[in-house]
Amino acid sequence: MAEPLLRVEDLYKRFGDLEVLRGVSFALTQGRKLSVLGPSGSGKSTMLRCINYLEEPDKGHIYLEGQLVGEKLVNGHHVRMSSKELAPQRTEIGMVFQNFYLWPHLTARENVAIGPQRVRGMSKKDALALGEMMLEKVHMAHKRDEYPERLSGGQQQRVAIARSLSQEPKLMLFDEPTSALDPELIGEVLKVIHELADEGRTMVLVTHEVGFAKEVSDEVIFIDEGQIAVHGAPQDVLDNPANERLRSFLGKLLGG
Amino acid sequence: MLEWLPFDPLQAARFSLILLRGAVMTVEITAGALVVAMALGLILAVIKTSRIAVARVLVDVYIEIFRDIPALTLLFILYFGFAYVGFKIQPAPAAIIGLGVIGGAILTEVFRSGFEALHHGQREAALSIGMTPMMAMRHIILPQAVRITLPPVGNYAIGLLKDTAIVSAIAAPEIMFWARNLVTSTFETTLVYLLAAMLYFCMSFPLAQVVNRLEEKRRSWQ
Amino acid sequence: MIEFFQPYIENWANWWPQLLVALRNTIALTASSYFLAVLLGIILALGRLSKIGVVRALCRGYIEFVRGIPALAILFLIYFGLVPLGLVVDSFTAAIVGLGMNQGGYMAEVFRGGIEALHKGQREAALAAGMTPYKTYRYIIMPQAIRIVLPPLLNMLIILLKDTSICSLISTPELMLRAKDLASMSFLPMHLYLLVGVIYFVIACPLSLGTRRVEARLRRGKRQASV
Repeated sequence: MAEPLLRVEDLYKRFGDLEVLRGVSFALTQGRKLSVLGPSGSGKSTMLRCINYLEEPDKGHIYLEGQLVGEKLVNGHHVRMSSKELAPQRTEIGMVFQNFYLWPHLTARENVAIGPQRVRGMSKKDALALGEMMLEKVHMAHKRDEYPERLSGGQQQRVAIARSLSQEPKLMLFDEPTSALDPELIGEVLKVIHELADEGRTMVLVTHEVGFAKEVSDEVIFIDEGQIAVHGAPQDVLDNPANERLRSFLGKLLGG
Repeated sequence: MLEWLPFDPLQAARFSLILLRGAVMTVEITAGALVVAMALGLILAVIKTSRIAVARVLVDVYIEIFRDIPALTLLFILYFGFAYVGFKIQPAPAAIIGLGVIGGAILTEVFRSGFEALHHGQREAALSIGMTPMMAMRHIILPQAVRITLPPVGNYAIGLLKDTAIVSAIAAPEIMFWARNLVTSTFETTLVYLLAAMLYFCMSFPLAQVVNRLEEKRRSWQ
Repeated sequence: MIEFFQPYIENWANWWPQLLVALRNTIALTASSYFLAVLLGIILALGRLSKIGVVRALCRGYIEFVRGIPALAILFLIYFGLVPLGLVVDSFTAAIVGLGMNQGGYMAEVFRGGIEALHKGQREAALAAGMTPYKTYRYIIMPQAIRIVLPPLLNMLIILLKDTSICSLISTPELMLRAKDLASMSFLPMHLYLLVGVIYFVIACPLSLGTRRVEARLRRGKRQASV
């Protein structure tokens, strides 16, 4: 069997007294999409943020294409990488945040182009061209010279997606990408994510949109109280779950 | 031809030239104090983000002290007081230090709230596309911090320009000092002080318009 | 180190009564100019919103001018500058008028913001049906206006207190002038100016902390206001 693109091994993370992740492990083959569901506080965001080492796990390791993320082996011991070593790794992992976090002092195109230009050393011309291409992909090319404050939430999120795509990552992480959006704007963002999925990208998607998760994912994980309670194919996990907590969670989500 | 004017235009021109000499010193003191105030403000704002409670409290004490005493008092302490204890400070440096130290107390708050206005999420977004913390600071945090703090710093600078008038009391040869000298020798109080006021106005009003425009642009970031 | 406090002990009986009188003057000066500034501020704010173009322009011109020149310049103009024109004012009056006119210009802008909040509130009130006009004013409009106007109003008190020190330069018998006199008589400038600094601090600090508390309370209220 080929080495999975992403391997998450035995993650533990606590914040103060609260143990948020208690032994989370899974693997994801290239081209597959994984959805992560769970109640708030279950640790799903923390787990996602450990993957690109925005959070440092207390225990456990992350492997991207077999390579350790965020750590290196020194004389057989795991040692945390310096920021300079970690940065290039992060270009391989794209992250889309719930609150978009576009940079307000840059236009849409500049937001997307600054990564290729400043991080990967592209020329400004090439970076801007790449930026435009990415914006086209998310159907936002017509707003390339607008500043984020003039864009709707859905538009900003799509630009944010283009921004992480412009670094040409191997893996895309989505942290509740539509949770901060007004209902009528959710669709346009989901459409873009669906298109990316159809391209064969490897994705981990933390979301509350159960219907979308079923549509787009190959695998679904239900995290509860820091542990993976259920891990399986969408139909098995979401249509008629055996797990009591998952059933009541879905009931709350879908029933309202 | 100009006899209908209530003053002698030639005299007014002569006075203005003398006052302009003072204006140079005014600008120098303003610039000097501004640099001191910004440096202090930035350093103290960073200290205020420290986890060491004692450091934060000390900064608060500093801010409270220098916001609650009049600038004139501090200037007198620096100029007359220190001379008495054997440590003489020249008028201009005393002015720069005194006004700068008070300005530092004001700007600390400006910079602190400037830092906080920047959501940590923006920094994380920068890191997640592969920027090092230093790159994030250079391309994302600092440009915005400057944009956010420029209007309040600009407003402070304009107030500082006007505040330099009091350093005439410790014999710093700025506008007001020259004005008082002129009055002593010519007794033309109305004309001289009006000209001095106009001079300040001509310096501060354009600056105020620039800052206003900046503020309007800044409002869009919010 | 303790020798530093010697002069205080020696001169206290002489200094304190005089400083106390000067302090009383300082406080009177602060209060009077505050009152004048508020009055002037309201008048100017209303003037700026007047329908008559000339009134608007005059008020705007006054405000811009007074905010663009140092308070000291205004004081000098009133105390010295009016003499050749036949108007001799005593230092106290000059101080009150000068400071009042200066701060009045700043207060005008603050009050203008408050009045505009009232106007905006009226529009919102028209939309928010179901509340009596009185209730709308009391719970929605006035709190908004007060939130805008109160902190600057409080801050100005502290600013004026500190500005009274400048009046020493036009011989107003307030705290700084008394300190200067005593310093030249006793040859103890450091001791006197430090003492005076402490006195200002002791008065201004509680005002400052109180203002901050009020500001914090108002800001908290903002989140609760959306009933």
